[in-house]
Amino acid sequence: MSLARDLITVVAVSAGAFFFLAGTIGLLRFPDTLTRLHALTKADNLGLGLVMIGLLPQAASLREGLKLISIWLLGLLAGATVSQLIARAARGSERAK
Amino acid sequence: MSVSTIFEIVLAAVVLGLGIWTTAVRDTYSATVGFVVYGLLVALIWVRLDAVDVALTEAAISGGLGGVLLLGAAARLQDAKFMAADTPGKLACVSAAALSLLAVAALMVAVFLLPDSASTLAPAVVANAWTTGLTNPVTNVLMAFRAMDTMLEKVVLLLALVGVWSLAPDGAWGGHPGPRHQADANGVLVFLARLLPPIGMIVGIYIFWTGADHPGGAFQGGAILASMWLLAIMAGLTDTPPVNSQRLRLLLIAGPGLFLAVGLGGFWSGAAFLSYSPTLAKPLILGIEIAMIVTITTTLALLLAGTPERSAQQ
Repeated sequence: MSLARDLITVVAVSAGAFFFLAGTIGLLRFPDTLTRLHALTKADNLGLGLVMIGLLPQAASLREGLKLISIWLLGLLAGATVSQLIARAARGSERAK
Repeated sequence: MSVSTIFEIVLAAVVLGLGIWTTAVRDTYSATVGFVVYGLLVALIWVRLDAVDVALTEAAISGGLGGVLLLGAAARLQDAKFMAADTPGKLACVSAAALSLLAVAALMVAVFLLPDSASTLAPAVVANAWTTGLTNPVTNVLMAFRAMDTMLEKVVLLLALVGVWSLAPDGAWGGHPGPRHQADANGVLVFLARLLPPIGMIVGIYIFWTGADHPGGAFQGGAILASMWLLAIMAGLTDTPPVNSQRLRLLLIAGPGLFLAVGLGGFWSGAAFLSYSPTLAKPLILGIEIAMIVTITTTLALLLAGTPERSAQQ
């Protein structure tokens, strides 16, 4: 049982780390603000979500698991809102040019 | 070498590199962003050192509220074009470099002269935890064993706010701090400002409450509550209170005031200033902490809101 749990953790956290890596490369390489934001939110949403799924089997109690899930949900909310705000600001300054 | 050692070495190297980059970079805005990231990474180091209380404070103050404050200052500097105008002379540069080198050398000597086994009061703190009824040693030190420091710290926070307010122009004295924010009523920011504060308030109060036995406390909880209030202010859902409001001033002095009263009560009950009798210690500390979180929340939020800009009548 513990082997299966560890396996889930390794696979999911590695997948999450891959999305963070891909998101970071996108952030550095993509040409403009909107595409860079797109890369960044992928890292935030999928990367963080997969890391969280990977950590869930290691949670000692239900309480700890719920805390992990709420961290992910708050991360999703913050990431989505901030990227919307940045995108709007970027579009606004583009129009002003 | 274990994986965690490698992680720690990488973390330390990144923090050092970021520190150098933040100092060296020319652009104020980039330096500010670098500093915020630096604060968050230092918080990670505190977690590695098992100092979760310090990590929470570092993340909330240096990464969060301090970052917002510095961003505001950077924006103001950019408007005023202060930076381009005067570059310091050669003499000033050389003496600054010499002073910095001296400071670094003094620090290095101090680090090398440290005794091998550091003198520690930690066992004494753990052994005397029963006197307060709280099990978080950090809260015990802050609220009981070194309560004087904590009280003075809060007074300093209050003085800082008085300093910010005293920069107000005469016409705006007693008015609302900061601009009146406007945001699209159906926009994302307003949506977040309606959705997040209930959750943030629960998290803030939880972190405050759990501080008795686990990492957390009035300062960390207060920082979260303050940021929720600021979010509502920035979304234009509410306005900052005028600084001449009696109620506001009462909130601002509640924490240090009650702390001082309880401290003086220590004389009356016998022992010394700020001494609590073991039977009453827990309720007294809790009472001070509740008054304190109210004061910390209000002070931190108003520090960020800035100087009074609009007169109360508007």
